[in-house]
Parts: sequence; structure tokens; C-alpha cells
Amino acid sequence: MIDLTLKQALEKLNKKEISSVELTKAYLERIKKVEPKINAFVTVTEKEALKNAEHADKTRAAGSSLPLLGIPLSIKDNFSTKGIKTTASSKLLENYIPPYDATVVKKLNEAGMVMLGKTNMDAWAHGSSTETSDYGATRNPWNTDHLPGGSSGGAAASIAADLAIAAIGSETAGSIRQPASWCGVVGLKPTYGRVSRYGVVAMGSSLDSPGPITKNVEDSALLLQVLAGQDPHDATTSPSKVPDYLKNINNKINGLKIGVSDDYFEGVDGEVKAKIENAIKVLEKLGATVKRIKLFSPKYSIAVYTIIQRAEVSSNLARLDGIRYGHNRSYLGEEAKRRIMLGTYALSSGYYDQYYNKALKVRTIIIDDFKKAFHEVDVIIAPTSPTTALPIGASEGQAMFGELADLLVEPSSIAGLSGINVPAGFSKKGLPIGMDIIGPQFGEEIVLNVAHIYEQATEWHKQKPKI
Amino acid sequence: MKIDVKHIATLANLTLNDDEIELYGSQLDSTLEYIEQLNEVDTKNVEPTSQVTGLENVLREDIAAESLTQEQALSNNSETHNGLFKVKGILDND
Repeated sequence: MIDLTLKQALEKLNKKEISSVELTKAYLERIKKVEPKINAFVTVTEKEALKNAEHADKTRAAGSSLPLLGIPLSIKDNFSTKGIKTTASSKLLENYIPPYDATVVKKLNEAGMVMLGKTNMDAWAHGSSTETSDYGATRNPWNTDHLPGGSSGGAAASIAADLAIAAIGSETAGSIRQPASWCGVVGLKPTYGRVSRYGVVAMGSSLDSPGPITKNVEDSALLLQVLAGQDPHDATTSPSKVPDYLKNINNKINGLKIGVSDDYFEGVDGEVKAKIENAIKVLEKLGATVKRIKLFSPKYSIAVYTIIQRAEVSSNLARLDGIRYGHNRSYLGEEAKRRIMLGTYALSSGYYDQYYNKALKVRTIIIDDFKKAFHEVDVIIAPTSPTTALPIGASEGQAMFGELADLLVEPSSIAGLSGINVPAGFSKKGLPIGMDIIGPQFGEEIVLNVAHIYEQATEWHKQKPKI
Repeated sequence: MKIDVKHIATLANLTLNDDEIELYGSQLDSTLEYIEQLNEVDTKNVEPTSQVTGLENVLREDIAAESLTQEQALSNNSETHNGLFKVKGILDND
């Protein structure tokens, strides 16, 4: 039963072939069996999940057909959940029980989800390994000696190891797509402002984008449909209409123009490079044409991202001085302190123009560069990560680990664009390789369409780790 | 070392020990070295971008809505007094 995709599970639930209680129990049993090897969760909410599953079954019996009624999901631990501990994987918040729900959680609850638990992440989402969690590293289900990526590493591992039907993660620059790539699952980073940030523990407020991690592309569209939309509690959410994300997902891609930039293949692991080049050939066979484009070098984007994100982190975590819950600042971990220090420096008197303002100006150049590219092409394709999953311990003592792991996704995040990771093969060692399909702002429909057509033509997403 | 680590730690309200001061000092220096690559980019006549949505002056109706109760607002706090937050004094007595 745990093999079912979200769409399949909904069909079976609606036909009364299975109940939500059965489905939820199957996942809770799987979690009990596999979780000791993976550590994907900070909190498993067994009691609440069973209660909500029972309620979902009753609601369905009474004739309701909410879009996620009775579907067991995992939620990253930086989403506020009313009455349920929310730590952002930091010890500072080890006892924090939010008195309200994040908008994303509220929408999912209203759509009928059954939450199985809160997933592990890099503490405060500061990282790309899930190794900086104060609750222990999450392990990659494909090889438990390897990292799952991050910061939504627990979320991605929970899908790869079948510990939930689908997961909700968040991305500042890479935190959905990179762990999805390393764990061999589908991860969608919506356009900044498409999904509300209200109630999400803030990291980089001009970048943070909640989104789904799923077994396939269709499920990603189904979930985005629930998550997307303007929120009066988040003034940066877009008033533009939310389209029907499933409507055009099967469109043929004849005549689709794919942009490929050599800069995004430079320094990329040979096996990764070969698989992505193969994937592009698959899309060409399906009717797309490839156009070589020149994009602004990702190395500058890393520098821009490092300044902007650290500055926003130092400002966001400065608020912890004023909040009246959790422990004090001595509970901040090494990575959080390092980021606060750089951010504070970049914003401090005498350095603001040299670093922060300079970064904001280069941000403008990056945005214009993508705008120009999207006049010529419909989507841009690149490897999601320059490598496959690195071994446990790889991030330790590396001040720029995340930036190098996220080299190829940081530029599009800085510009607030949409993008999706889809599985595109495996290394000889059996580790997943992911392709990033980047679209313009509010390009979710085309991104999902291309990803879905590619997925239909390949079998990578059907592979499961032996665990 | 380019950064006065102790000064920045004071600004950031972080208490660092000597080992941390040394560690962050060298790591921040190397990070700054990387960042300085941005000097290669010509930004003359380029306006800064602080947010990407293009939205400006987002307003809403000022309508009173349900909010947290006093009990909920205090629910995560260990130091309360008469239903209020207990905080440290911000002014010196002398």
C-alpha cells in the first residue's frame, strides 16, 4: 500500500478500496521499521495521525471529497503546527509548541491531509546536508553512509524511503531541489511569492519558497494546487490567478525550446553530466529543440547569495532576542552563529555598500540575465547538483559547503524563479542523479509539463532503494 | 584578519569563546575572499533589487480578526508574572 502515489491513493480511497486508517497505519508501521536507519523525522505524530485518519474516513463516508482527504504527508519541521512541537531542528526551539498553524499547514488541513510527523532538516534550514540538525543527521535511503542533501533532507528521505506519500519542504536556494536530487525524488521549488511563507521559521525572507517533494510530477502538481495562492498574512504572495496545474501537464512538447548553458556543466561530476546530457536527448526525441545560451556565471551568484542570505539570517535570528519562547542565543549551533556573524558584518556600518548593496545590484543583473534568456527559450535545463550524494561527514567544518552543493540552483533562486528536480538516472555506485528544469517566474505550468513528459518517457522515478 | 570578530559578535549579541573567535575569524576571512569576486562585476548604473515580486505598497482592509488569546500568547514562556511576560530591565539603575 505504501507504494501508491498520491493520485493512486486518492482513487483507491474514493472507491473505498482502502481506508485512510489502513493507509496511515501502513505508513506508521513502515516508519517504525525504517526510521531507525534513516532518521527522517524529528517528531512522529502517531496518535494525532490515527485520529485524523479516522476523521477523514468518516468525512468521506459522509460524502466529502476534499483534495487531500485522508492522505498521509510529512511536514518539514520549520512549518508552524498548532499544538505540535516545531523545532526547525534547533535545540533552541526544542520545547516550542506553536499556538497557530502556518498558512501552508492550514491549507493542507483544510484539504484533509493526515500529518504523519515533522521532518528533520539542517538547523534553521542553514545547510545542504541535514547534517547540521541538532537531532542527528538524516541518512540517504539509497546508501545510508551518504547524506540526503538539505536542508529538506528529512522530507526528501521520507519520500525515497516510502515513509509518507508526499512531503512538504521549503527552499531558500536548493533546499527542495538538491535533497530531491540526492534522494531520487521529485522536488518543486515554486516561484517566490506563489506559496505563503506565513508561519514558516524564516531563513532568507526574500528567497524562502515552500513546496512539495513527491514520488512523481503529477503528485507535485496536485499538491501545488493546494498550496498556491495569495495570503493576507504574507504581503509578498502574488495576487495573480492560480492556474489549474494538471490541465496542461500532458501537453506535447513539440517545438519546446530548451536553453542549455555550458557554465552549468563546468566542474560537474562526469557521471552526472553524462546523465543530464542523455536526459536532454530524450527531450529532443520528444520534440524539443536545444538552444545553447550564455548565462551569467553561477560563481557570482554564489557570492550574491551568500551575502543576501547571511544578511537576512542575521536579521531574522536577531528577532530571537525579543521573542519570549525557546532558549536563549547560547543554544544556537555553529552554522547559525557563523551565518549570523557574516550577515552582521555585511550589514555593519562601513561595509554595507561594499558587500550588501553590491550584492543587491548584482542580483538585478542576474534577474535581467534570466529575463533575457526566457525571451529565447521556454525552460533552462541543468544538473540540479554538481555531484551525487556526498558521504556522511562531508559538510563538517566547510563554511561554504551549501553554496558549492547548490552552485547550480542558487542563480534561479536569487531571481525568484520556478524549478523542479526530476530523477534522471543513477551513478555506478547506485546513487540518484537529478535534472533541474528551470522556468520563468510563475512558470510552474511549463516546468511541470516538461518534467511530466520526461518522466512518462523514463523509468527512473519508479526505482526504489532497498532498505 | 580582516574582521574584528569580537566587535561583530557584540553587534550580533553572540557570546563566543576564544576557540570560536579564532575559528569564525579564519572562516569568515576565506568566505569574504570568495565574495570579493563580485568586484569583477561592473555595477555602475545598476539599481539594487531587494525583492523580486514587483509588488509595492501592499495594503489590506484594517478589519479586526481573531487573534491569539493571552493564554496562548504566553503558552511557551516559562517566565511570566500576573499574566504578562517577565523581561530583564533595559535601563541601568545607576
